[in-house]
Amino acid sequence: MTLETYFDYFILPILTISVLLVFIRLIKGPRVVDRVIALDLIITIGIGIITIFTIRSNQKVFLDVAIILALIAFLGTVAFSFYIEKQEDD
Amino acid sequence: MIDLLIAILSTIGALAIFFASLGILRMPDFYLRLSVTVKAATLGVGLLLLCAAILFPDISVTTKAFAIIFFLIITSPIAAHMIGRAAYFTGTPLWKETIIDELSGKYDKETHELKNECQTDDPISVEKEQIADSEDETK
Repeated sequence: MTLETYFDYFILPILTISVLLVFIRLIKGPRVVDRVIALDLIITIGIGIITIFTIRSNQKVFLDVAIILALIAFLGTVAFSFYIEKQEDD
Repeated sequence: MIDLLIAILSTIGALAIFFASLGILRMPDFYLRLSVTVKAATLGVGLLLLCAAILFPDISVTTKAFAIIFFLIITSPIAAHMIGRAAYFTGTPLWKETIIDELSGKYDKETHELKNECQTDDPISVEKEQIADSEDETK
C-alpha cells in the first residue's frame, strides 16, 4: 500500500467523519457558546484537511489558505466571546 | 523509511482529531467539551502539518507549516480562555455531578473582575449555584 492510497482511504475519511460529528454539535448545541467552539473546531479540522489535500495534489499554494483560516478561527472566537460577554451587561 | 514515519505521524494526528470530535459530541458539559477540543485538535492538526513539512523537499512549505503550528499553539489557549470566561459570565451550567465550583462567588458580576477572597458568609453576595440540576440542562 502506497502512501497516496493510505491518505485517500484512511486519513481523509477519518477527518470527514470528524467534521460530520462536530456538525451535529453545531446544530443541536444547547447554548451559543457550544456552537462557537463547534465552529472553531470545524475550521481547525479544515486546516488539517487542507494540509492533506496539499500533500495529495502537490500544490503548495494551498497552505496559504490554511494560514488565513487559522487567523479567521482565532479572530472569530475572540469576537464572539467579546460580544457574548457584552450582551450580559444589558 | 520516511514513508513509515509519515504514516505513523498522520495516523496519530487523524486519530487525535477524531477523538476531539467524539469528545465534543459526547461530553456532558460545555467546560469539559472545551477542554477536550482545544488540546486534542491542536495536537492533531500540528502533527498533520508536520507531515507536510517533512514530505515536501521545499524550504518554503516547511516555513509555512511551522508558522501555522506556532500560530495555532499561541492562539488556541487564548481563544479557549476567552470563550470559557464569557460562558461562565453568561451562566452556562456546570455538569450535574461536578464536585466543586471554585469560582463560585469570586467573580464580581458587575465589573467582571476577580475579587480577592470569597465572602460566602455574607448572604447578599452568595451567587446562585451554577451546577446544573438535571442531565438535560447541559446536554
